[in-house]
Amino acid sequence: MASSIAHMIRVLLAIAVALPVASRAGELQDYAVIGDGIPASLTGSPGDATRGRALVLDRASTCILCHNGPFPETRFQGDLAPSLTGAGSRWTASQLRLRLVDASRFNPETIMPSYYRIDGLQRVAKNWQGKPILSAEQIEDIVAYLVSLRD
Amino acid sequence: MKRSIAFVVLLMMPYLLRAGEIPATGRRSGYSFMAPDTRAMQDDDTANPGMLWVMEGESLWAKQDGASEKACADCHGDARESMRGVAARYPAFDQVLGRPVDLEQAINLSRTRHQQASPLAHESRELLALEAYIAEQSRGMPIAAGADPQLAPFVDKGRELFMTREGQLNLSCANCHDDNWDKRLAGSAITQGQPTGYPLYRLEWQSLGSLQRRLRGCVTGVRAQAFEFGSPEMVELELYLMTRAAGMPIESPAVRP
Ligand code: HEC
Ligand code: HEC
Repeated sequence: MASSIAHMIRVLLAIAVALPVASRAGELQDYAVIGDGIPASLTGSPGDATRGRALVLDRASTCILCHNGPFPETRFQGDLAPSLTGAGSRWTASQLRLRLVDASRFNPETIMPSYYRIDGLQRVAKNWQGKPILSAEQIEDIVAYLVSLRD
Repeated sequence: MKRSIAFVVLLMMPYLLRAGEIPATGRRSGYSFMAPDTRAMQDDDTANPGMLWVMEGESLWAKQDGASEKACADCHGDARESMRGVAARYPAFDQVLGRPVDLEQAINLSRTRHQQASPLAHESRELLALEAYIAEQSRGMPIAAGADPQLAPFVDKGRELFMTREGQLNLSCANCHDDNWDKRLAGSAITQGQPTGYPLYRLEWQSLGSLQRRLRGCVTGVRAQAFEFGSPEMVELELYLMTRAAGMPIESPAVRP
């Protein structure tokens, strides 16, 4: 009995993992979470690491509010989160993509925002409603940059 | 005997406080996170820009206004005596409204009910000046808000607001001010978010501003819908912050970066 329930759960999990997350309100691209990552680019093409670096440093993208990293040009870096230095040695592109899309998949209690999720949020200000924090293109650019950060 | 009671209380601390909440002995004002020159500005009344509002408040206190043609001083006398300790007890329960009001609302209620004058606008120079003058009479006194049992449900609501994640960035006040106050957000000290200094002069504003203005800044920062000035949620948050700061000395008018 217990083992058949466990089996059912495994089957359900396998289905859930294989199904792309439906796009909501037409704002989000479909993507598939496989294992602990999203192996395929959200846009279908690789991102641009130079643009990605500029995005990570831009306060509007919010990364350096919490993180620091190999950015000698700015004094304004956070220390709420691990340094991004060497992120590409610790994580694969697939893991980094899922981390950006929805960090709560790695740690349900995390303070890191989900950059490509619009559900499950409370009292979002009008001008941000129904929009992810970053676009699919921006996420790909940042992933391309993070992958290049080797120890 | 005394020692064993103290020991039991110590053992219970983690249960009385929820995870991350700051114990009375660990409470630190935003002042203690500031650079020495900013502290010096707050400490010296001749350098503290907030004192300009206090002085203006002192003259407004004595000025007749409204259909009553009365000044605050006509009913309350010398503020240095009658207003001593008042700011340390606000927000307080208003029997007519059946809910807590903050010091600004109390000033405006006194204007409309007793002075027959119109309420002053939020963040207006006059309202901030009167508030700063009244708050200055409590400088150094320990915060003692929320003792009235009628306030209990409102303190709970404020605490709930403080603990709830909100906005596009999905963060709660507690995520920063209970759990990460020893860290830095893009280079600025996060601090414990203590309400001890308001109204205060913020260098970034180049003006005096209220606690509600500061809270709206944090709410907008996580990209959540800001609560309206004077809304019940704002006052509940203020009330919770004041109970969370119980025993800390009032610093108004403080200076912040
Ligand atoms: C509000 C805080 C916050 C913001 C903003 C934030 N992060 Fe994070 N991030 C964290 C925390 C905390 C962790 C540590 C793991 C955890 O708690 O999930 C983390 C972990 C990571 C990791 C894994 C680090 C490692 O090697 O273990 C990467 C990579 C990362 N973040 C990238 C980003 C990027 C890129 C952005 C912006 C697009 C960003 N983060 C924005 C808080 C934040
Ligand atoms: C992402 C982090 C973050 C969140 C979430 C946040 N704050 Fe803040 N808060 C800050 C920072 C950083 C400062 C200091 C700003 C400065 O002085 O530049 C601050 C300042 C304050 C202050 C002023 C303290 C003083 O010494 O004058 C208060 C009060 C406050 N916050 C309350 C709140 C409340 C209430 C909430 C939730 C509605 C909240 N904060 C949410 C980061 C945050």
